[in-house]
Amino acid sequence: MQPRLRIGVLFSRVRVEEKWIFGSLEKRGVEYDRLDDRLIHFDLEVPAPWRQYDAVLERSISYTSGLYALRVLNALGVPTVNTAAVAEACGDKLTTSALLARASVPQPHNALAFTPEAALQAIDAFGYPVVLKPVVGSWGRLLAKINDRDAAEAILEHKATLGSVQHSVFYIQEFISKPGRDIRGVVIGGRVLAAIYRKSEHWITNTARGGAGETCPLTPEIEGICLQAAQAVGGGVLAVDLVEHPHKGLLVNEINHTMEFHTVQPLTGIDIAGEIVNYVIEIARERQKEAA
Amino acid sequence: MSATVACVECAAEIELTEDIEVGEIIVCPDCGVDLEVTGLEPAAVELAPMEQEDWGE
Repeated sequence: MQPRLRIGVLFSRVRVEEKWIFGSLEKRGVEYDRLDDRLIHFDLEVPAPWRQYDAVLERSISYTSGLYALRVLNALGVPTVNTAAVAEACGDKLTTSALLARASVPQPHNALAFTPEAALQAIDAFGYPVVLKPVVGSWGRLLAKINDRDAAEAILEHKATLGSVQHSVFYIQEFISKPGRDIRGVVIGGRVLAAIYRKSEHWITNTARGGAGETCPLTPEIEGICLQAAQAVGGGVLAVDLVEHPHKGLLVNEINHTMEFHTVQPLTGIDIAGEIVNYVIEIARERQKEAA
Repeated sequence: MSATVACVECAAEIELTEDIEVGEIIVCPDCGVDLEVTGLEPAAVELAPMEQEDWGE
């Protein structure tokens, strides 16, 4: 008989995804603890409460809390989904771009600068319009489409003056005239499970910003680029967002390491929560085998 | 039996669904504010935390 597993689920709020995940764990009879990231603390001299977990699934809504929790857990030898390295690679868009570039995965043309002057030079070289993105952020927050030099000067000055130091890391991306939609591919442990279109009249197509979902047939091309992208950042449970460039074809726009799937799951009928739980159980069993 | 709570913003009476869990966010149907369910026995809600810059997926 296999030894019993103990799983931790780190979360901030019980969204529908967390409800589905808790439900899947209960259905499988897995012992698990709900770890509210606002209530826990890590005492680095008392690792035992954390080492009791065969694996921890990280579902924090705050990138910072999630990342630091993963770093500590991994340092204590607790396997996590995803790993701290993957969270770091996905949570910072510039790091994602750098890793995609290293692995030669097709992506939009990006540039990086550290001062408004250098950023302006880079933007002028791109030509207008361009997109400025915060390196950390989600749900389409604080994205700026810059149509001309006047707007570029204004936005750069505002970012440099008003934001945290991180807003002075200028991440510049070519504007892609996409067909009113992007594509989200769900990758779990080396398999692409599903894809959806996210449609919107607005140039920002996130469903968090009102974009509507529609089933997208899984083509070999979509599968291939999603797997390449997932591998480039270290793999695990990932949502790969793709854009259709009119000339360059499919490009990886970003990769999410604590994906929301409230649209994908009902739309495709695929039990994403169950698949995530199966993957976490797999990781936990591997740890038990290693410990035995 | 479903429980009711009072919105902490506008005092509207809100009926909680049977399957509600602590940590869930509900929207007050009267004033539209986000509320976090902080207890079930007895049922309690607080104003949900404001969205932070690093929130998301």
